[in-house]
Amino acid sequence: MSKMHVKMTVNGKEVEALAEPRTLLIHFLREDLKITGPHIGCETSHCGACTVDIDGKSVKSCTVFVAQANGADVTTVEGLVNEDGTLGVIQEMFREHHGLQCGFCTPGMITRAHRLLQENPTPSEEEVRFGMAGNLCRCTGYQNIVKSILAAADHLNAQKEAAE
Amino acid sequence: MKDEVQTPAERTANLKGMGTSRKRVEDVRFTQGRGNYVDDIKMDGMLYGDFVRSPYAHARVVSVNKEAALAIPGVVAVLTAEDLEPLGLHWMPTLAGDKQMVLADGKVLFQGQEVAYVVADDRYVAADAAELVEVEYEELPVVVDPFEALKTDVVLREDLAGQTEGAHGPRKHHNHIFTWEAGEKDATEAVIAGADVVAEEMVYYHRTHPCPLETCGCVASMDKVTGKLTLYGTFQAPHAIRTVVSLISGIAEHNIRVISPDIGGGFGNKVGAYPGYVCSVVASIVTGKPVKWIEDRMENLMSTAFARDYWMQGKIAATSEGKITGLWCHTTADHGGFDACADPTKFPAGFMNICTGSYDIPTAYLAVDGVYTNKAPGGVAYRCSFRVTEAAYFIERMIEVLAIKLNMDAAELRRINFIRKDQFPYQSALGWEYDSGDYHTAWDKAMNAVGYDDLRAEQAQQLEDFNAGKTRKLMGIGLTHFTEIVGAGPVKNCDILGLGMFDSCEIRIHPTGSALARLGTISQGQGHATTFAQIIASEIGIPADDITLEEGDTDTAPYGLGTYGSRSTPVAGAATAMAGRKIRAKAQMIAAYLLEVHDDDVEFDIDRFVVKGAPERFKTMKEIAFAAYNQAIPGIEPGLEAVSYYDPPNMTYPFGAYVCVLDIDVDTGEAEVRQFYALDDCGTRINPMIIEGQVHGGLTEALAIAMGQEIAYDEMGNVKTGTLMDFFWPTAWETPNYQTDHTTTPSPHHPIGAKGVGESPNVGGVPCFSNAVHDAFKSFGLTQTHMPHDHWRIWKTANGLGLHG
Ligand code: FES
Ligand code: FES
Repeated sequence: MSKMHVKMTVNGKEVEALAEPRTLLIHFLREDLKITGPHIGCETSHCGACTVDIDGKSVKSCTVFVAQANGADVTTVEGLVNEDGTLGVIQEMFREHHGLQCGFCTPGMITRAHRLLQENPTPSEEEVRFGMAGNLCRCTGYQNIVKSILAAADHLNAQKEAAE
Repeated sequence: MKDEVQTPAERTANLKGMGTSRKRVEDVRFTQGRGNYVDDIKMDGMLYGDFVRSPYAHARVVSVNKEAALAIPGVVAVLTAEDLEPLGLHWMPTLAGDKQMVLADGKVLFQGQEVAYVVADDRYVAADAAELVEVEYEELPVVVDPFEALKTDVVLREDLAGQTEGAHGPRKHHNHIFTWEAGEKDATEAVIAGADVVAEEMVYYHRTHPCPLETCGCVASMDKVTGKLTLYGTFQAPHAIRTVVSLISGIAEHNIRVISPDIGGGFGNKVGAYPGYVCSVVASIVTGKPVKWIEDRMENLMSTAFARDYWMQGKIAATSEGKITGLWCHTTADHGGFDACADPTKFPAGFMNICTGSYDIPTAYLAVDGVYTNKAPGGVAYRCSFRVTEAAYFIERMIEVLAIKLNMDAAELRRINFIRKDQFPYQSALGWEYDSGDYHTAWDKAMNAVGYDDLRAEQAQQLEDFNAGKTRKLMGIGLTHFTEIVGAGPVKNCDILGLGMFDSCEIRIHPTGSALARLGTISQGQGHATTFAQIIASEIGIPADDITLEEGDTDTAPYGLGTYGSRSTPVAGAATAMAGRKIRAKAQMIAAYLLEVHDDDVEFDIDRFVVKGAPERFKTMKEIAFAAYNQAIPGIEPGLEAVSYYDPPNMTYPFGAYVCVLDIDVDTGEAEVRQFYALDDCGTRINPMIIEGQVHGGLTEALAIAMGQEIAYDEMGNVKTGTLMDFFWPTAWETPNYQTDHTTTPSPHHPIGAKGVGESPNVGGVPCFSNAVHDAFKSFGLTQTHMPHDHWRIWKTANGLGLHG
């Protein structure tokens, strides 16, 4: 199958490659760019393990062709670490509150939580549960994921306040 | 020295040993996307495998035409049973003493069965080519009902034609696999015949699936130069896989290296050996290139490792005061097309004979008939020890049914029948020796915590309001007291495929006092790297943060039978403690030498050995480690390391008391969990944070199973729940918050008293949710209805009881 020239920004870096237009974005990220944080749990838009951030929106990258992401600004869980390489606030809070077990859903969860807290910086527990409902976890029962995200919201808000 | 001024409490805290909620060391990698799961592995020249699967549940394979598939650029090979036959690999042994087709050999026995294996240089090309393989089928009559299977003339397993003896004794019919019995039939039937009260019910635990978020997969890499095969995969038992691969492929075991990288959840799905592994190994041997095979979600749900599917006919007898006198159970077990259950050899129905539960039942009898049907093989221990969930569901439903018959409160009925604390070790009527328990204390704590009497009063009020037309909601209170049996071995009666179920740990202390430990188990999210280091920290006195833990590489880790059936802590955890004690014993001799006293005159104190009666004279473990390597000590070999292979003397028996309160809308069939209280007693608690996380997760899987998750077939054998659209997996929105609690009754035979916990919430949770649904409708005459209690089934129950006017 003929290949097309794709160009996008991934985690702040410009990338260019040749890819079949039908290539799913998740495969392009994982196979071509070797960005293996986002995972595959279903390939049918149900589980959210493949969640990435595209142009400021949470997107399940298993149901997007690379052609559709041409020119986009993509962020994955790898792009959410601090500049000095330490864990970002949400990542740190997942660790602090035992918000993960096998870790397979975690990149998608954290990437989704990142966007959720941009959309709603002070969510209630109910809003977190609703806002995270596109991401499945088989291990944790969500209780500690919710706790991690609420704690992250508090931290981020405190950071913001201190900066102001 | 800094630590000389630390208090004992500070020194203990510094270790982050047993009992501390130590943060997980794994999480630094996982939270930033730096895990290393099998699909993350990339190797030069790697090929991809994909299956052609049967659309039919029962059919003859007339022909397979590979031509069109082979014509696509990039396709390397298309394998069928014919290609595997010369190697003797077209069939493989199952874990249950049966054999299973690797690729369809003349016929298919379930929808989704592997028919051909396509190998290509790209995963998209492999998928394209799989579509182009033309298979001609001739449909055969389909048998999906296990009761029908035992009557029909239709022969499913033609390869077994005429064989009246199976791996587990006589076969009664051509679709019959085995009969397994425990207890005393005549005595139990006599008790039932003469009892004051007998309750009888058919309890069905439907077919479901572990469905971890990561599916199964592997990368097989045969190095033709060295003759060494490396097999990466999602294996819950990597050492067992190595032995099995060696036995079936003929490759010497030292030339096989099996590596389980990070695993994205297992829950029993990743214990077995699947055709994908065999085909990938063959393809790698043939091509000399690494071959990757990753299941997709539909393949996962349709073909690898279903769980449950037990039809349990029960009778429970009691005196009119409610003292249980006998229990009888006949189970029809639907095993699908091949008997691939993951049970220890002597237990073809697993530990179903724990079905007397937490109760002192003097007489009992259990018989299980295994049956072939046109469904996927499996029968794995899905987040439970072998068939323990089925057993717990059965007895906890029978107790409720008996309570209705006796017109007695189900909490009280349980209380008067619990095995008492002074009866342990307790010999059960079906052959187990329960090591320890204190059920009354746990039960009373649970009842007080939820305010049981008030809940019943509230329920009565709500019922009154319902009957008065003031509400359309009914309140249900679900109760469960479960007893598990986990931690298999002992080797004398537990093996899988002849492999004894011990486990192991090897510890090396480095000269500067840090350590490396390796185990025969493999974490799939349980946090072994965190918790096992805590055991070592407490046993040897080296901070957990200074201990690296490794598992899953058969070239480096000691042999063990892996992680499932909550066996890691009971077995490998014990091995870890024992290896630690060997090191401590040597350290004691070294300390005594350094302190110039007799061995018996020093004692272990948190992180050091001190001279008895003179605590100011001591040697820290760090000092001892350095001396072990660098000082010539007469009569003592240099070095400080130990290995322990632990064969447990008995299993462990964790237990718990759960309460669920839910509200049912009779018009929509929706059930909303208002409260869930879970008290677990897993003996000594190593990391309370991780225990709590395990309980949350297990309860959520229980919620899923009880309320909607199933593998359903239509009468043609089509899987109706093959995607996450149809297979219920609760989201954060549907999942309640859980209240956790505990009591601590250490196991008397385990070196640190730990019993295992990961599966308890799934074992106890399912009956608890289900009992709550049943309880809501109890006043309207419902005694038993089958899971899963999805909205449609609840609505139907309400409708059947005339609640829709
Ligand atoms: S893999 Fe994309 S939603 Fe499941
Ligand atoms: S941590 Fe395993 S799926 Fe979420």
